[in-house]
Amino acid sequence: MAQFTLPKNSRIRTGKTWPKPDGATNVRKFQIYRWSPDDGENPRVDTYFLDMDKCGPMVLDALIKIKNEIDPTLTFRRSCREGICGSCAMMIDGINTLACIYGLDEIKGDVTIYPLPHMPVVKDLIPDLTHFYAQHASIMPWLETKTNKPAKEWRQSIEDRKKLDGLYECVMCASCSTSCPSYWWNGDRYLGPAALLHAYRWIIDSRDEATGERLDELEDPFKLYRCHTIMNCAKTCPKGLNPAAAIAHIKQMMVERTV
Amino acid sequence: MADVNRGNRPLSPFMIGPYYRPQITSISSIMVRITGIACYGFAFLVICWLVAAATSEAAFGRVDWLLTSYLGDLLMLLAAWAIWYHVLGRLRHVVWDFGFLLDVETSQKMGWGMFIGATVLALFTVLVV
Repeated sequence: MAQFTLPKNSRIRTGKTWPKPDGATNVRKFQIYRWSPDDGENPRVDTYFLDMDKCGPMVLDALIKIKNEIDPTLTFRRSCREGICGSCAMMIDGINTLACIYGLDEIKGDVTIYPLPHMPVVKDLIPDLTHFYAQHASIMPWLETKTNKPAKEWRQSIEDRKKLDGLYECVMCASCSTSCPSYWWNGDRYLGPAALLHAYRWIIDSRDEATGERLDELEDPFKLYRCHTIMNCAKTCPKGLNPAAAIAHIKQMMVERTV
Repeated sequence: MADVNRGNRPLSPFMIGPYYRPQITSISSIMVRITGIACYGFAFLVICWLVAAATSEAAFGRVDWLLTSYLGDLLMLLAAWAIWYHVLGRLRHVVWDFGFLLDVETSQKMGWGMFIGATVLALFTVLVV
């Protein structure tokens, strides 16, 4: 069911404003979502000020600077700092993206940072991705074969390999799924753009021999067909992929095999 | 894994507008749903008209007065816009379902096209019909 408001325990109250840095001329305001499981309080938005003359260019640089110099309790995931691990996905300036590859110069005015939308929050900017990962596991994200193993390797032509471009690059950051209104409202049963993009990646892999079973598994009013091509997923993907197109192609294959 | 307080975790903010940025892709999509529901409302008004005509002259007079008043004209203009928008939106879905024009750039252009197209076609309908 469509939901338009936050539950009582999730409403945001006014947070703390941290002091401005001394002697800085180029100051920028950061508004960051905070919630701690330890104090029993509602989430809040804290305000921080950073001296931009002494800050790196990316949103992640700013977060690390705040954690190092102002507030060590600020909690977020990060690892590779180059957009390949997918850890630092969060809602920045109203869209989901990776903090490490989103430039502070791409944002006008104050910088607002929230966790990925419509997810249970573990702490501050960290969402609980358990269900998201379980959905990914449910689409069998591996090569499924029935014929005898070849002596050396499963071969694939250059043309067939090309079909996987634009799909295999997904880093499972969950930006797309958590940007999707259908996933917000039916995320318990709708698989969401990320899992479906991965499903399509294995469906069209020329070496995979479980295409029929994979399509059978998706033939369900919720798992696949809750996609209404809203396109928030393709618009927000930090890797420039297009899950909406992948889902549309799965729907086409569903039709093709019945006619 | 030791896990504290899993039951009372807050839901992160999501709503389009106050939190998530409204974009032509999402707005043009939800408008297809909204105009679709509005079309049911307008169809109901037309049915009221017909039922009133079948009932009595007095009943028809009242409904006809409402639907031919300025308010009625405005409702009819909105209905024309909603129907055209919904038609264009459904056409976009047909194109997508055949696997065409699924890239973000073209989808955005089609979204704007639906708003502009519905406005032009609604004005055309109102002026000509």
